[in-house]
Parts: sequence; C-alpha cells; structure tokens
Amino acid sequence: MSAIRVLVGTRKGAFVLTSDGKRQHWDVSGPLFAGWEIYHLKGSPADPNRLYASQTSGWFGQIIQRSDDGGKTWHQPGTPPGEPTTTPDGMPKGESNKFVYEGEVGKHLWYDGTPHPWEFKRVWHLEPSLTDPDTVYAGVEDAALFRSSNGGQTWQELPALRGVKGHLWQPGAGGMCLHTILLDPSNPQRIFIAISAAGAFRTDDAGKTWRPVNRGLKSRYELPDPNAEVGHCVHRIAMHRSCPGVLFMQKHWDVLRSDDAGESWHEVSGNLPTDFGFPIDVHAHEPETIYVVPIKSDSEHYPPDGKLRVYRSRTGGNEWEALTKGLPQRDCYVNVLRDAMAVDSLDPCGLYVGTTGGQVYGSANAGDSWAPIVRDLPAVLSVEVQTLA
Amino acid sequence: MIRVVLPAHLRTLARVDGEVTLHVEGRVTQQSVLDALEARYPMLRGTIRDHVTKKRRAFVRFFACGQDLSNELPDAPLPDAVATGAEPFLIVGAMAGG
Repeated sequence: MSAIRVLVGTRKGAFVLTSDGKRQHWDVSGPLFAGWEIYHLKGSPADPNRLYASQTSGWFGQIIQRSDDGGKTWHQPGTPPGEPTTTPDGMPKGESNKFVYEGEVGKHLWYDGTPHPWEFKRVWHLEPSLTDPDTVYAGVEDAALFRSSNGGQTWQELPALRGVKGHLWQPGAGGMCLHTILLDPSNPQRIFIAISAAGAFRTDDAGKTWRPVNRGLKSRYELPDPNAEVGHCVHRIAMHRSCPGVLFMQKHWDVLRSDDAGESWHEVSGNLPTDFGFPIDVHAHEPETIYVVPIKSDSEHYPPDGKLRVYRSRTGGNEWEALTKGLPQRDCYVNVLRDAMAVDSLDPCGLYVGTTGGQVYGSANAGDSWAPIVRDLPAVLSVEVQTLA
Repeated sequence: MIRVVLPAHLRTLARVDGEVTLHVEGRVTQQSVLDALEARYPMLRGTIRDHVTKKRRAFVRFFACGQDLSNELPDAPLPDAVATGAEPFLIVGAMAGG
C-alpha cells in the first residue's frame, strides 16, 4: 500500500502530514523545530528515510537538520544524539551550519544600485542528489550554491556560479536568494539553478563552470535593459523527469517555457488572469501538464478577486483552466510562495499547495477538486511531497 | 566553574536543561567562555557568533551582574563574580519581536 508524506516548512516550525494512498484522511504531526523558520525540507530520492531541513532564525542564524528515519528523529549532521560531539583528538565533529563563500567574497548590487558585499543569511532550498543520500545541494541567500557530500556535515561552495556577472545580481523583495535547484536525471553533470534577481543559470560540468540561460526573458519595468543577460527576477523553474530539456518558468511577471534546456525562452502566459506568481510545477505523469497560482501583482501578493485558483495547462502553457473546486472563492487574500506547491507520483497525480494563511490544500485528482488537509498552521514557506511504496 | 545561561532555542539545540557549567582555562573573557562553550557544544558554533569573524550575531546579547556586556571587547575580562561562578553569564536573544 502506498503512502504520502507531505513536508511543510512554516514561519514557526515544520509539520509532517501523512496519509495512505487514498489521500482522504491525514495525520498531522509537529511542530518540529518550534519557533524557527523552516524554509525548506526535502527527502532524498535515493533513500526516502533521509530528510534534510533548513532551520533558520534572525537571532541564531542557520541550522541544518537531518533525519535518517523518515522524520521520527532529527539531528544536526555531525552531532548525532547520544554520541560524543568531539573527535578523539578534541576537534568538534561537523560544522553543518558553516556556509563560507570561497575566495574573495566580492560584491553584488544592493537595492539602491550600489555595490554590497556578499553576506550569508540563510538556506532557502535543499536539493538532495538523485542517487546518493549523502550528497545534497543548498541554495542560499546571498545567492550561492553549496554542496555537501557527507550528509550535510560540511559544505563547500561551487564558486564559479558567482563569477557569472555576480557583480550585477541584485536582491529581489525577499532577498537575493538561490531558490531553485534542478538536477537533470539524464545527465549528472547538468544542473539548473535560479536566483532572485539574477535569473537562471546552467552548468554542464557539475558546477565547475556556469552560464546564464535567460535569452527570451523580458523585464520591461524592472531592468534598464529588458533583455539583459542577468538581473531577471526568476521566481521558480520546473521540469519533468522524462523531458529534462523542457523547462517551465514563473518569472516575476510572465510564465515561460524553454524547449532547449534554457537556451531560449518564450512566453506561455496565454489566458492567465495575471502572469505574476511564485510557484510552478509539472504533473507527475504528463510532461505537458503544468500548474501555476496567479497572484494579482508584485505589490498585491494575493489572488485576483479574492479567489484562490490554481491554473492548469494541459498544453504546456498558453491555454489555461482555473481549478477552483474546494478552494476558497471569496475573501481569500493569501499568497502561495515559490516552494509551496508540490506533486506526488501516484495515479492520479496528487497536488499540494500551502498558503501564507497557514492552509495546506490537497488534490488527489490532479487538481480537479481540492480539500484542506490542515487550515491553521503558521504561514507556509514550503511544501514537498514524498510518495512512499 | 563558569555558569552560562543559554536562551531556550539554544538549550534545545545543545540538548541541555538549565544552566551550563564550563571549565575555562586562563583569563575569563567573553571569548574564552564562548570558546569553551562551543568546544563542549559544537552544535552552537555559528549561532552566537560568526564562524569565521567571531563577531557576535546582531540579535544576541550578553549580560552579567546586571550589566549589558554585549559591546565589551571580546578579550576584556568578565566580572569577578562570573569568573568565580557566583553569577552566571547570560546569553540572551534580543527583544526584537518575531
């Protein structure tokens, strides 16, 4: 019997929602790491019991948490519970919260256009390797990509990324964050990442070199050169495992797709009521079925007309239908953040959306109808799903 | 022995209840107390001060004997009452909402 585990990060802790494959009745556990911001939790595709969590605080900084038993127990990598915290020669074990930029720190653009030194603030997104539970990538603010190959005990930056015109990157409203990491299942050397507000980047040599992949993006009101090579505020990109050369993007404004691994993009906003938004995701079994949550504007971060509507395109964009059944259709002014939508891989495909109002909605039929799994959590920052055998 | 009081979130991370007691070699300063604390509880490294610069995190404050010691030099001696264990060294999260 299959089962579903939904990992929810919120402003004040993490929650785990579990159900059998019918996805009708849910158990809610938590809060884990109560009182801390949990930007993201994610399970390893290679070992579903291996989970990683980013725990942060304005007071005490960044903590990485790891579970090796599917979320029953957690520890900071390098300091497992019950074991000595130092090596026999007295050295501390692990430095799982140490994120130090490689080499010269350098400067990026500040909000006012002046140079500003890179400063580590937090981990926005953790992306475990597709094949090795001990290898995991971290997308951080100020934007950079780190990798751990020892289960999160220590982290090393992949510094070439910041060399790609990093002096022209600038923070979006949420900070200068590297929020999306897509690992190509057909090519272990290829990784896509996205940064607000720098754009999308690709490596074809496992991070040794990078280049921007933003051709076709237009930022008419945000950049002096609307077709700039870097500086675009990409909010999220998504791919289907079976078609890793096809990418979908929710930009600050505009929904786009690329059919050539990011070499060029074209807009597929079509009949959306607004093309501003944060998350974008792909159906587990239909590579041309994609989902977005339109948000009114860059200053009005809530759905148009007070109606929470997920939009689905079965044509890879341009033609969109509103999915409303079971979602609030009046007086709804929540937001859905970029990492707060996920799909499971059951058939029919399940879809999950978390809101800044603390609701997590689930659909067990690819979005045709929805029901709240839980209504009153702290503001939801991220939603990830594990489909368990 | 030096007595240190941690804020609740750091007690959770360090898996301790109540005060922490530390043996500190040599002069008792902010730096030597934090060095000893982090050696005993490495999971606290980076939570009170930066890993590299050792600068105090902005929203962490240090108090002892009714004084705010947050902006004292890291190698300045702490009050005798802290050094003798009569009074605890308090590590406090700043009152900044949240």
